[in-house]
Amino acid sequence: MNIPRNWRLQQQRYRLEGEVCEKCGARIFPARDICPECEAPAKTPLVFSGKGEVYSYTTVHTPPQGFEEFAPYILALIQLEEGPLITAQLTDVDADHVDIGMPVEMVTRKVQGGGAEGPIVYGYKFRPVLHATVHAAPHE
Amino acid sequence: MSDTTTILRPEHPVGIVGYGAYVPRYRLPAREVSRVWTGGYGGTPIKEKSVPGPDEDVVTMSIEAARNALARAALPDPALIRAVWVGSESHPYAVKPTSTIVAEAIGATPHTQAADWEFACKAGTEALQAAIGFIGSGMARYALAIGMDTAQARPGDALEYTAGAGGAAYLLGPAEESLAVFEGSFSYVTDTPDFWRRAYQHYPSHGGRFTGQPAYFKHITAAARGLMDALGTSPADYTYVVLHQPNAKFPKSAAKKLGFTPEQVKDGLLVNEIGNVYAGSSLIGLAAVLDEARPGDRLLLVSYGSGAGSDAFSLRVTEAIVERQGRAPLTREYVARRVEIDYATYVRFTGKLRK
Repeated sequence: MNIPRNWRLQQQRYRLEGEVCEKCGARIFPARDICPECEAPAKTPLVFSGKGEVYSYTTVHTPPQGFEEFAPYILALIQLEEGPLITAQLTDVDADHVDIGMPVEMVTRKVQGGGAEGPIVYGYKFRPVLHATVHAAPHE
Repeated sequence: MSDTTTILRPEHPVGIVGYGAYVPRYRLPAREVSRVWTGGYGGTPIKEKSVPGPDEDVVTMSIEAARNALARAALPDPALIRAVWVGSESHPYAVKPTSTIVAEAIGATPHTQAADWEFACKAGTEALQAAIGFIGSGMARYALAIGMDTAQARPGDALEYTAGAGGAAYLLGPAEESLAVFEGSFSYVTDTPDFWRRAYQHYPSHGGRFTGQPAYFKHITAAARGLMDALGTSPADYTYVVLHQPNAKFPKSAAKKLGFTPEQVKDGLLVNEIGNVYAGSSLIGLAAVLDEARPGDRLLLVSYGSGAGSDAFSLRVTEAIVERQGRAPLTREYVARRVEIDYATYVRFTGKLRK
């Protein structure tokens, strides 16, 4: 368990905070301070909407250390509404109900339980969209 | 009227600007508990209870409820929230606040108060009461009060049928921005040893039948009557009443004793489908009622926490409710999102069984 590393990534993991390139407008996740599209410095934070769709997925039966308590779990590539393709777990869904192209939304969940004594690591996962009208409602 | 029976009312009027519920998707039917522990004999106090998934706890559930409350409020900037208070008896850490994690996730940090509240099942309304004072005194414009639990029960105990998971978040602010305005509140607290959990114990203990008359009924009715007497209201003035719901029987019979009709009770009664969600119990009932409420409706909310005490609140719904109801998932949408599990899956999900 690396406390400083998890602490540094909190904004990214809790809220899906990335960056936007002020020069070309590309939305960047995770934050990398240089725009992968136009190579300009990009340091303006942007909280992503959390909406996206399943690009591809698999089921993990043999998890890496630290994830044992959640296995088997579904790992997916999510195409975010703003463009970036990210890796994340799916939650609140069974593997036989997942389809490529399925609309999903970000939720904050336990990613590592920390055992009885360690810190709990929270972060983004995705689940099937719960409430369709929230999608359609304009942001005020 | 003497000062000791005067209702609690802030300097500046305060209301609910946004609210949001959360219930996990898993359900354990009461007949499963009965199958394992009584051979299927005996009645069950409810139909089924909600169970948190393996990656859920009071932190993650509070974050989702808080996001729903913020979506309804359409607050321009979450940094305006000057307090994030989470009431629960299942905080994931013994030492380290739930509330700082929730505050960080919703973007309320760093210029905010954050604290975890404890008072058995009324920790959530305790936070609500404090938030009214915090805003009503002018110290803050917005404050977030959450009641959320993943309730624990000893395997085979009567509580195992009902100890559920869920709750609701309330963003409080000035009355003029609110979807429902607090008309007043009133609390009734005594030292009553009906239910407790000692330090380092996994499961609570209780006084069996002692949890009824001298505990739940006495405090709920005293707080409700005290508030209505002071406000000069009667049960007929309210469209809805929401009481703490440890099982299906208690709230119905307390409401009847107070003079309310089953019609006034039914929309806020979720216990049969999600169980007793402890600090979230009365607050999620209120969320279900706000999903249905119309401008002008009056609501009575009364919590109960073992140990023991009740907080009663009278609310008047405003025009703002109409456009805000649909901005986030409705409470009944969470209740309807239902995946039934068996007792074995339940003991794995709730950590009663580990590899």
